[in-house]
Parts: sequence; C-alpha cells; structure tokens
Amino acid sequence: MTTLSVKDKDTVKAFWAQVSGKAEEIGTDAVARMLVVYPQTKTYFSHWKDQSPNSPAVRKHGVTVMLGIGEAVAKIDDLKAGLASLSELHAFTLRVDPANFKILSHCILVVMATMFPNEFTPEVHVSLDKFLASVALALSEKYR
Amino acid sequence: TRAVVVEWTVKERSIISSIFSNLDYEDVGPKALCRCLIVYPWTQRHFSTFGNLYDAEAIKTNANIAAHGIKVLHGLDLAVKNMDNIKEAYTKLSTLHSEKLHVDPDNFKLLVDCLTIVVAAKMGSDFKPDVQATFQKFLAAVVSALGKQYH
Repeated sequence: MTTLSVKDKDTVKAFWAQVSGKAEEIGTDAVARMLVVYPQTKTYFSHWKDQSPNSPAVRKHGVTVMLGIGEAVAKIDDLKAGLASLSELHAFTLRVDPANFKILSHCILVVMATMFPNEFTPEVHVSLDKFLASVALALSEKYR
Repeated sequence: TRAVVVEWTVKERSIISSIFSNLDYEDVGPKALCRCLIVYPWTQRHFSTFGNLYDAEAIKTNANIAAHGIKVLHGLDLAVKNMDNIKEAYTKLSTLHSEKLHVDPDNFKLLVDCLTIVVAAKMGSDFKPDVQATFQKFLAAVVSALGKQYH
C-alpha cells in the first residue's frame, strides 16, 4: 500500500471540508447500502432487530463510522498512531474481517458519487480511495 | 468448475433494462474508462499506443480513450440482450481478452467499479441500494464470463 502524497492529503482534506456537513447522511447511506449490496455484512449486526436502511440502528452506526472517518482526516499525517485505539476495538472486540473495510470504502465512494457528482472527480476519487485504504490498513494494525 | 446459472428476478431485469435504455453511452463510456486509468494507473499498460496519458487532464481529453470507452461500454449490450446466457455470450470476447489482449481479469473488476461510480453520479438519489446491488450483480456476471476462457 502506498503512502499518501502531499497532494493526496490536501485533496482529501479539501474534499472533506466540502462534504463533512453531510457526514451523517453520507454515513447512513453508506452503511445502508453495504447491508443491501453485500448481505454477508449483516452477520456483524445480528444483534439489531431492524436492519432496514432507515432503521435507527443503521442510522446511528452510519454516524459513528463517519465520525471515525472525520477523525482519520484530522490525523491524516499519522493514521497508525491516530487510529490505534480504534484498531484495538476492531481487532479485539468487533473482530471485523478486514476484507469488509474494502466493502464499506466502496460504498462510501458510491455515496460520494451520488451526492457530490461534480466534486467527486477522478482526481478526488483516487486520493480518497488511497486514503480509505490507508485507514483500513491502520485499522488492521492490531489484528495480528 | 460447474457453471452457476445466474438467476434474475423480474425486478432485477427491469432495473438493468432501465439503466441501459437510459444510458448516455457517449458520456458514460469515456468517463468510466478515464476514471479507471486515473484511479488505477497500472491499467494504462494496455493503452501505450493511444497517445498522451501523461496526467489526468491528458487522459480526459484523449480522443482515442474516449472512443474506446464508448466501445467497451457497448460491450455490455451483449449481456443485456443475453441475461440468461451471459457465460456463453461472452465466449469470444473472453478468448480475445485472454489470448490477444492479455488483460489480467482482475482489471475487469477495477473498470466495473469505476463504471458503477460514474452511473451512480449520473443517477444520484435514484441509484438506490437495491439498484446498486442489481447493477453490481449484473457487472459481476459479465466479469465472471469474461474470465472464463482464460487458462
């Protein structure tokens, strides 16, 4: 996995500044999409009675995830250190298979495309894709 | 391996039919291919004779790439017309991509991911989760068929 260039970081920070006002909406849509498009991800949420796209649990979780993404943007210069406790959470408590980070990242990108078609240019796409891959890597850090 | 026949519901057929009958090939084709070449630059390896691919701007204004994007997108029409027979329908194209073009089949996934993003951008809020699921299922069937003749 490549490190983020200065251009990548600037692009991500600038794009995040434009879209973070809709963070809740983005997160909710991304998680809802993930559960529908990749039904195997529902296995992590068997404790939710209602897994439909607009359920309170899904909405709440979408918000939680986007807050995490926002935190990652703020700590973009050292994701490994910045996301250490989140990595422990995912590794030891949640035990989410890291393959799912890629799945959720894809859903986040799709939501960005639907909500910000003009801003989500190929240049923004590549930097954001690299960033989300870096976040996934940092989250996998404590797994083994 | 035994072939898995992909089953389609009435709703899924309707979604695919609707997407493709409303598709602006001249716009979406170039955008999808350009995005793939920009987001996954190693895919440029198949386009060394296409002219200037130096940066994102060059790729986006390259007429050869644009024309090829339209051609590739129309390649999906075969699946739209043969939804119950996608594997057989792509035998020739699969052989072409393997024997002549030497394209790593993993690249097909990269391109269809970019196509999904471009279609999502065009459809906006109409690109609902179930539409995305159906579209990705369709594209996965094509990707699988294109990889079948590799050996």
